[in-house]
Amino acid sequence: MDWPFLFATAKTLLTGVPLTLRLAATSLCAGFALAVGIAALAGSRFAPARWLAALYVMLFQGTPLLVQIFIVYYGFGQIDFLRASFAWPFLQQAYWCAILALSLNTSAYGAEIIRGAVAAVPPREIEAARAMGMSGLLLRRRIIWPQALQYGLANYGNEAILLLKATSLASVITLMDVTGLAYRLVSKTYRSEEIFTVAGLIYLALTFVIATGVHLLERRLTPCRRV
Amino acid sequence: MEPIQSATGALSASPVISATGLTKRYGALHVLRGVDLDAHEGEVISILGASGSGKSTFLRCLNLLEVPSGGTLNVLGEDVRFRMKGAERQIADARQVNRLRSQVGMVFQNFCLWSHRTVLQNVMEGPVHVQGRNRHEVREEAEKALDRVGLLNRADYYPSQLSGGQQQRVAIARAIVMRPRVLLFDEPTSALDPELVGEVLKVMQDLAAEGRTMLIVTHEMAFARDVSSRVVFLEKGTVRVQGTPQDLFKGGMDERFDRFVSHFSRQG
Repeated sequence: MDWPFLFATAKTLLTGVPLTLRLAATSLCAGFALAVGIAALAGSRFAPARWLAALYVMLFQGTPLLVQIFIVYYGFGQIDFLRASFAWPFLQQAYWCAILALSLNTSAYGAEIIRGAVAAVPPREIEAARAMGMSGLLLRRRIIWPQALQYGLANYGNEAILLLKATSLASVITLMDVTGLAYRLVSKTYRSEEIFTVAGLIYLALTFVIATGVHLLERRLTPCRRV
Repeated sequence: MEPIQSATGALSASPVISATGLTKRYGALHVLRGVDLDAHEGEVISILGASGSGKSTFLRCLNLLEVPSGGTLNVLGEDVRFRMKGAERQIADARQVNRLRSQVGMVFQNFCLWSHRTVLQNVMEGPVHVQGRNRHEVREEAEKALDRVGLLNRADYYPSQLSGGQQQRVAIARAIVMRPRVLLFDEPTSALDPELVGEVLKVMQDLAAEGRTMLIVTHEMAFARDVSSRVVFLEKGTVRVQGTPQDLFKGGMDERFDRFVSHFSRQG
């Protein structure tokens, strides 16, 4: 085994980790904010709002992320009003295109997780709070959201891991993340097996860190289920 | 109906809760067909009836967990305001209902403690966050309430770590720290293993002896007979018969009630 080459490869690929993490973290945050909005629409009393949320989730869950990235990166430039809008300086950059596509995509899955977590809060416990005079924001802040957080955390951690791995698709629109750097290195050296193995190990290490973090957070937030 | 003497011996001017002609229907199903009931200060009223008689629905109407389809409801001297939306009656003033609910304690069949909070947090939640009272004072009062139901040593446990009887006693402590003017119990012992029923009834008996106003939907005949000041027997959504436990349990006042009681004692 060519250890010096593997180390040199790892050193090169590790320079892509900050971009990979930035893509994942930014999309996770923006996606979560969007997901909360979509979940709120999905739980609305107003039927058209629920339809809109269902359509949104269906569109983004029903099409491949790669296609979504292509639509944003190649497609948006052909729409005149987008080229004339304030968003154009961002949409011209592959980085922001990737962020946009990843955020929209993860928000659809996130909205489903949030909806499920809120629905999992026992209705009787909500009723007990109502019987005490709680309603509106107080009821949500004190009873519903804290419990939904416990129910949804593990699933959202999963989504974060999926998202981190999905950032590798950003390499197809010229971004030099871990995968992008690996691909460039392969085209120079033709040693694809070793290089992609190193890339895979880097992703494995990153997802391990995230999974451990989520697990610790879960333990901290759910003392009641640690009997 | 003549005024009922309260447990403290005084005749109170206006009832704590007064329902007149209360009805509730779900589509074609008429669960309550016009129930009249006045609960005065200090009364302990047991509401009995077979399943499907509407007794739980009636109790839930009193703090608006169910919105009555018809009739009037006066709680703590306030007429509850309704409005019509299409054919359905709705609560007109959510703030009024929240205000009344914070003074009407409710204990559920399934305890319904908040699973993400400890015993002490469960008990402190209402006074601190609904009533906006001082946290330190509430803590003292909550600890006193837990001591009273014999669970101060479980203050930092989570509900899932307690037995059903313990959970129900916490639920009672949670209700009384709100300093309610009246306590509603919806089959408080029906979900308990037989050996745990006694500890909950004991706490309820203590509360009754304090002169608290209580309405209790129950199947515990001995409790209804020995502890309550009045027994109300519901059948098919109306009050079939009511009176003091002495009069009713003596027998001969109402044939259906006698049959209902004998059915339970046979089982018992």
